[in-house]
Amino acid sequence: MNVVVLLKQTFDTEEKIVIENGAVSEDGVKFVINPYDEYAVEEALRIKEQDGSTVTLLSVGPARTTEALRTALAMGADEAVLIEDARIPQDEHAIATVLAAYLKQQSYDLILGGNFSVDNGGAQVAVRLSELLGIPHASSITKLTLQGGTASVERDAEGDLELLDVTLPALFTAQQGLNEPRYPSLPGIMKSKKKPLRTLTLDDVGLTPDQLEARTERTSLSLPPSRQAGQILSGDIPQQAAKLVELLRTQSKVI
Amino acid sequence: MSRTFLIIAEHRDGKLRQVTLEALQAASLAAKDGDSLAAVLLGSDLDGLAGELAAYALSDVHVIETDSLKQYNPESYVDALAPFIDSIRPDGVFLGHTALGRDLAPALAAKLSAGQLSDVTAIEQSGEEVVFTRPLYAGKAIEKKIFRAYPWVVTIRPNNIPAAGSAGGGQAAGIVKHDYSPSKPLRTVIRDVVRKMSGKVDLTEAKVIVSGGRGVKSGDGFKPLEELAELLGGAVGASRGACDAGYCDYSLQIGQTGKVVTPEIYIACGISGAIQHLAGMNGSRIIIAINKDPDAPIFQIADYGIVGDLFEVVPLLTQEFRKALA
Repeated sequence: MNVVVLLKQTFDTEEKIVIENGAVSEDGVKFVINPYDEYAVEEALRIKEQDGSTVTLLSVGPARTTEALRTALAMGADEAVLIEDARIPQDEHAIATVLAAYLKQQSYDLILGGNFSVDNGGAQVAVRLSELLGIPHASSITKLTLQGGTASVERDAEGDLELLDVTLPALFTAQQGLNEPRYPSLPGIMKSKKKPLRTLTLDDVGLTPDQLEARTERTSLSLPPSRQAGQILSGDIPQQAAKLVELLRTQSKVI
Repeated sequence: MSRTFLIIAEHRDGKLRQVTLEALQAASLAAKDGDSLAAVLLGSDLDGLAGELAAYALSDVHVIETDSLKQYNPESYVDALAPFIDSIRPDGVFLGHTALGRDLAPALAAKLSAGQLSDVTAIEQSGEEVVFTRPLYAGKAIEKKIFRAYPWVVTIRPNNIPAAGSAGGGQAAGIVKHDYSPSKPLRTVIRDVVRKMSGKVDLTEAKVIVSGGRGVKSGDGFKPLEELAELLGGAVGASRGACDAGYCDYSLQIGQTGKVVTPEIYIACGISGAIQHLAGMNGSRIIIAINKDPDAPIFQIADYGIVGDLFEVVPLLTQEFRKALA
């Protein structure tokens, strides 16, 4: 099988956000594979170990994304494709269109991605892609079993589990709990340096910028109002518990 | 030009979800005089729900009723909604940012070649524009966005926009029934739905959350937290540390990975307050921290803090709440 993993590079979740000149500053920031995409990579590698599938990583992003792609190659993926072009707007409609244009020229049986990216949190691109390719999808899966041409998946629906059988080719997005991603091994890191990583432009996927008009536009960016430390209660624990409930009633009036 | 906004109504256990009424309010915040709002319900046995929705300020309540839509199926829902949406041509589609909304909205947006703004927390009109506020990095930053073209697709974060009130005494909305049969053989079959959440409050919609971190020490350690949550009609959450340690299911995780929550009261028990956790609960109205370590970062953002062992504090707190609520 050909398994494609959609991957985005994001800020490490322990990073603080600094806004400079109306944009989020990337100075000194540690970048990682979007944590949900990491589950997708791991799941693809487990499939590869079972049936010898080829795992291709696919990303739309800036040049720094090659770092995240190399890491996923070191985990065991076979090859990577980065579509890097400043003419692609930061808009989910545009990015899904680019991915679809590339994949329409490829053969694939299974596409895996993350449930959402921890930066924009739009949770759109992967599902949009499935619709543009005309293949079924299920988002937020915590289990995937392949048999013949069918994928049986468990989808996390706010704590309930939806059990679906989906005919391949299909697209799924990974939720926490799907698996425990591996760390790249040292031999894996050595091998990854020789694995193919191609960088493509819009022209290579046969698109022009006028086909990618952004549907949305940002008008402002700010930090949330910062919270002040409140009061640490005192006295023995039973007194503090009583005091807290009283404060919730009289001061913050939430009960 | 008058516009039509469509709300895709969600229901669970025979009841309209709160977030649907919030989406309805969101659509009315985006609307100007002369615009109209409509809602659509999918599923089976919908007469009661349709009647309930008709009491709100809607021009029409559309009902697509058939057994095959009883359970959410990504493929059949898109298959049923696409021709319907083609027929009424809404200028905006509003859904909750829920398990269903997150799965369905981008598929509809792609079908309509439309822009989508996800997880919207506020809507305001500014001159000719409708401005949507949404979090980035799970709330570490906030952006405002506008659409450049119609139609719009918008998903609303639960618990942030007040729910619409019913129109009260006015003209009830018309109920319009639509048929659906699959336009093609479906490649997605729902085998089963395991209801683990029956009767429980969903984290993203909970008004009170009692959350545990590594300090709960084990799965059993969540019991006092569950008791308190139940008393307050709330839900139990967890930090990444507690989930990674295997004390609880990942579906409880709150943070930049996991769920972002905005309850009225958030009670953090044995949670130190890593940046990635704070991102997921910073928007709570009142934060209470219980931790043995007086230097835990969680105290820096908590409205009230108790330095102490959660296994001593939480049961006492439950007792006090019980007295106060009696």
